[in-house]
Amino acid sequence: MAFTFAAFCYMLALLLTAALIFFAIWHIIAFDELKTDYKNPIDQCNTLNPLVLPEYLIHFFFCVMFLCAAEWLTLFLNLPLLAYHVWRYTSRPVMSCPGLYDPTTIMNADILAYCQKEGWCKLAFYLLSFFYYLYGMIYVLVSS
Amino acid sequence: MSAPGRTNLRGSVGYSQNSTPNGGAAPPCQNGPLQTYPPMYPPTGYYGAPPHHQGYPGVSAPGKAPVTNSANYYQSNQQHHVAPSSYSAGPPPQPYATVPSSAPPPPPPHAQYSQQPFQQPPYAPPGSYYAQQPYQVSPAQLHQQPGLVAAPASGPGAPIYPSAPGSGHYGTTRTTTAPEATQMGAPLHHYSAAPPPPTAALHPGYEAAAQMTVNGKGCAAGVQNSSHQHYDQSHPAPRSYNSYSGGGADRPASGTLSASAHSSPGRHQGTPFGFAADSGASSASAAASGPAGALTSSSSDDDDEDEDEEAGGDSSSSSTGSASPVPNNYDSLEGGSYPDSMPPSNDMTNQAQPYSNYGYQGMPPAYQQGPAQPTDAPPSQNLYGPSGYQPYSQPFPSLSQLSAALGGLSGVPELEVEALRPVNLLQERNLLPPRPLEAPEPDISSDLKKVNCSPQTFRCTLTSMPQTQALLNKARLPLGLLLHPFRDLQQLPVITSNTIVRCRSCRTYINPFVTFLDQRRWKCNLCYRVNDVPDEFMYNPVTRSYGEPHKRPEVQNSTVEFIASSDYMLRPPQPAVYLFVLDVSHNAVEAGYLKRFCDSLLENLDKIPGDTRTRVGFLTFDSTVHFYNLTEGLSQPQMLVVSDIDDVFIPSHDSLMVNLKESRELVKELLTSLPAMFSQSRETHSALGPALQAAFKLMSPTGGRVSVFQTQLPTLGAGKLQSREDPNQRSSAKGVQHLGPATDFYKKLALDCSGQQIGVDLFLLSSQYADLASLACIAKYSAGSVFYYPSFHHVHNPAQMEKFRRDLERYLTRKIGFEAVMRIRCTKGLSIHTFHGNFFVRSTDLLSLANVNPDSAFAVQMSIDDSLADSSLACFQAALLYTSSKGKRRIRVHTLCLPVVSQLSDVFAGADVQAITCLLANMAIDRSISCSLSDARDAVVNAAVDFASAYRSSVSNLQQSGLVVPAVMRLFPLYVLALLKQKALRTGTSTRLDERVFAMCEFKTQPLPQLMRMLHPDLYRLDNMSDQGALHLNDAVVPQPRLLHLSAETLSRDGAFLMDCGSVFYLWIGKGCGETFIRDVLGCPSYASVPSNMSHIPELQTPLSERVRAFLDWLQDNRAFSSTFHVVKDDSSAKAAFLQHLVEDRTESASSYHDFLQHVHQQMSK
Repeated sequence: MAFTFAAFCYMLALLLTAALIFFAIWHIIAFDELKTDYKNPIDQCNTLNPLVLPEYLIHFFFCVMFLCAAEWLTLFLNLPLLAYHVWRYTSRPVMSCPGLYDPTTIMNADILAYCQKEGWCKLAFYLLSFFYYLYGMIYVLVSS
Repeated sequence: MSAPGRTNLRGSVGYSQNSTPNGGAAPPCQNGPLQTYPPMYPPTGYYGAPPHHQGYPGVSAPGKAPVTNSANYYQSNQQHHVAPSSYSAGPPPQPYATVPSSAPPPPPPHAQYSQQPFQQPPYAPPGSYYAQQPYQVSPAQLHQQPGLVAAPASGPGAPIYPSAPGSGHYGTTRTTTAPEATQMGAPLHHYSAAPPPPTAALHPGYEAAAQMTVNGKGCAAGVQNSSHQHYDQSHPAPRSYNSYSGGGADRPASGTLSASAHSSPGRHQGTPFGFAADSGASSASAAASGPAGALTSSSSDDDDEDEDEEAGGDSSSSSTGSASPVPNNYDSLEGGSYPDSMPPSNDMTNQAQPYSNYGYQGMPPAYQQGPAQPTDAPPSQNLYGPSGYQPYSQPFPSLSQLSAALGGLSGVPELEVEALRPVNLLQERNLLPPRPLEAPEPDISSDLKKVNCSPQTFRCTLTSMPQTQALLNKARLPLGLLLHPFRDLQQLPVITSNTIVRCRSCRTYINPFVTFLDQRRWKCNLCYRVNDVPDEFMYNPVTRSYGEPHKRPEVQNSTVEFIASSDYMLRPPQPAVYLFVLDVSHNAVEAGYLKRFCDSLLENLDKIPGDTRTRVGFLTFDSTVHFYNLTEGLSQPQMLVVSDIDDVFIPSHDSLMVNLKESRELVKELLTSLPAMFSQSRETHSALGPALQAAFKLMSPTGGRVSVFQTQLPTLGAGKLQSREDPNQRSSAKGVQHLGPATDFYKKLALDCSGQQIGVDLFLLSSQYADLASLACIAKYSAGSVFYYPSFHHVHNPAQMEKFRRDLERYLTRKIGFEAVMRIRCTKGLSIHTFHGNFFVRSTDLLSLANVNPDSAFAVQMSIDDSLADSSLACFQAALLYTSSKGKRRIRVHTLCLPVVSQLSDVFAGADVQAITCLLANMAIDRSISCSLSDARDAVVNAAVDFASAYRSSVSNLQQSGLVVPAVMRLFPLYVLALLKQKALRTGTSTRLDERVFAMCEFKTQPLPQLMRMLHPDLYRLDNMSDQGALHLNDAVVPQPRLLHLSAETLSRDGAFLMDCGSVFYLWIGKGCGETFIRDVLGCPSYASVPSNMSHIPELQTPLSERVRAFLDWLQDNRAFSSTFHVVKDDSSAKAAFLQHLVEDRTESASSYHDFLQHVHQQMSK
């Protein structure tokens, strides 16, 4: 049993995924608030937009870490989300500031539903990957 | 009614409003659309910075807080400062308290506002002050007394502004400084005899508020010619009422009771009534007494005439009000203001368009001519008369409200059979009705039908609401509403009532479709909650009887307007503020619009909606931004140039937006000299972005309307744009790029504007590409409008010039509503999916409209969340809360009721093909911006294919093969084809990007009839019109020629054809057109001598010419913007413009109608 770079990667990913889970929950709550009239779309977009890039970067960061650690399976599992993030960010509306959400279109029922669904899917993905990383970490620690 | 009694009553009313305001108990977010403001822009304060809150003591405060204690007063104020009412700003006390009223206040207003209240303890205890003092100062205060009564002019809202101690103070200042004024006023008020002490004793708090109102008024009227800060001028009460008051001298005598006429049309009990009139009267008297007052009253007559439906009520009050000792009631409103009006229940259904003299009386014959297809069924106008109506109305038994749906469920065989008659489009070619289609009627009981909302205002794509989303999906038709909420109406019941009765849980306004369980309870038709009927509502002002809540005007009309109380305000209603932002670069000078604009504005300066508080400002820009100081007293306008466009600032805060009344001469001078000032300009750059930023800064304290005139691509400063159009791609069939904005600068600015209640209207007069896709955002999200004049030039393009002139005239003089919000509520189970139009969507059902104008419409896509099985009726209610140009807060409520059906065939039978097409167009525009144009086109074609397939699969016993659709929808494929050939969506034909984008903007904002004419113009043959079925209106005979198919087949060389495209008429003259027509109508000897650019019909005294002109006038009658007219000769170059509208024909890039049907048919069988 040895503390390898891979084990370090898994530990780091574990922590960061916990953070991402909070991001996802925050998104879900925010969109729910929008849907139930509690928040004004401009404010909501202003609070959500700055969080988008950090989330993507965190995910990108530990994908790179896994690449360096040659954890191919884990990397492979994360690639679809990475690709999705790239696609999502390149197809964002015309905006001068970072972020994805445009207050003028966010109240469109389709977009709102999409964002909510996206939030739930991400939450599920992060939760699953959280346990996967936990398992991966222990496995790496034990096997090496 | 004795004076004390009256005052008491009012006092108590006021109290009850203050303590339990209408809906006040409900959580703020539910309390009317307005209540949702606070969370909106918390940091900046929706209506200004926090200092304002402090400075403007709340309305509610006087009522709620112990009035005798100044400290308490302000504390409570502070506590409430988030509440809407606390915005009700009185003018800042200081200037008037300490300085003579004419002294201009020192510049930094905010500082004053914030400090003021606390520094002025002497004036702070309003209650005690007025309860004790006023009546000791006899003549002056006697004058105040009636005014006191007048205070609650806008119902519960009255205590509003005035309640600010500062304003109260004004009055004092005024009465002391100008005693002659009050003395003048005093004798006019009979009610000054009212023994004040009891009143005061009974309701000190209210008294205080009311009293101060008056004072505020008097004072503001008196001092309005001094240069105020923004909020002084926006002090709403005084000026708005002044404007209603006509000559102060003849009205005040009316006193309270007669006054009721004024405020209201009698739709409420005697008590609350009189307020508006009273206040008008009192303020008028006050105004008339002062120098400024004289100004006010002299001009108020014009104001009265301006506002169409207000004028009715108001003028009736001025004529009958002073004479009648009885509360003027609903009848008298009807009788007084609308000479040939009908019973109250009619006025909803008869709303004709503004300029219509003709009405529709003559219609039935024309209708009877046509086949009795349900789509031709006349709309619910009663004017159609029973004869034309009976065939359709007979089948409907007069059902009670409760069983209304039975009519819908059981179905009406004849009607439905006809609507559902299968039509094989491939065989039946002649499908057009003889006259333009009318909206189908919902299949509800005739009682409900009578009161249902006019289809011109409110229309649903499916007049039979499917029960479930599954059923809707089966029908493959879009579900949505088309709304034209602020349409010019000829008749509109205006209701002033202390309590606006609304459902306690969903806040729906009471409407004709609620159910009265018994005398005291009503059941909401949207959420089914059982509510109590308030006492006040039991009295029916129409019959002046008690205990008939179901006869109240609110329950008899599905379109009503309420005068809102202070509960519906976040701040005092803003004045009408107009800022004109003019491009004066070289390009603009070349185009020469400036002269035309200045002339138009000069002509219409007196017709601009507003009151004495109206303010205007001008701002011009090229590579720098120029401001104009128009403060009264200057000998000529001062131009201030700001060349730092990267950080544009406002050079002077209080002199750039000036009161129109006071600075009228300077404004005129500026408008006269403006065109010449820049005639030598060589500056080619355009700093539109910085100019808009400056406009935003200039307007943000008040809100209002910004009109931007732009002639080229903005090239400097923030928001500069690059040309994105590739001329070679104009006719590309592949796809069109750059339909979306290039930058979000304009969108963000528009959102900021919307937050500050600034609406921006864009006039683009460009001959080059100017990136309308980006620029239009400024209007789109601030609820403005877009006007586009491609290749505008004052000499080379007279047609555009003429159009510009006409549009400007309408634009400047049309009604306007400020700081508006619109909420659309619908029956439980339905929800709003998407909005289309110009606005900012603030929550799932709330639109924020900085300005609302009578020419813009909205579309709403709906979805069905839950099954509607347990209800038989589905209702929609659109409530538009706005501030009129007279500074009154008003709520216009429209309610639409539709039957719920469970059968697919019923859904098909109730389809409204025009509404469906318009909604589809809106959806397609969205799609083409978010995805691509070809996607959108495919989606539109698929809509037709899907619908035809859905119909075929739903009808199992269908014998025919081919493309079969129900008769109601027989025009659907034609409209879809027409949609594909529109500038907005066409491919393959050379279309400039800006023109395409403008067409898209039009689709989003034009009302349905206009849109349908754009989409599928009406074609008539004029040279052989007969009098058969003609309308006889007044002394004119209006022939009703048959509608023709838009195909070259129907044109013949020997005829003259009129095509009505909404904003433009084409008169096409065939080569072999009869000499008589050319001579009698066009006044030319022969075909060859008809000039090629003829743009009007000469007024000849021949019968044929009279017929043609009568017909043209009749067509034009209901339009907001008058249409231009072109005579197109068969061999002229303008022929192409005419021919492109013949949508059934094949063009180089698009298929013919027949080919299109074949295509749809093929797609179906796939």
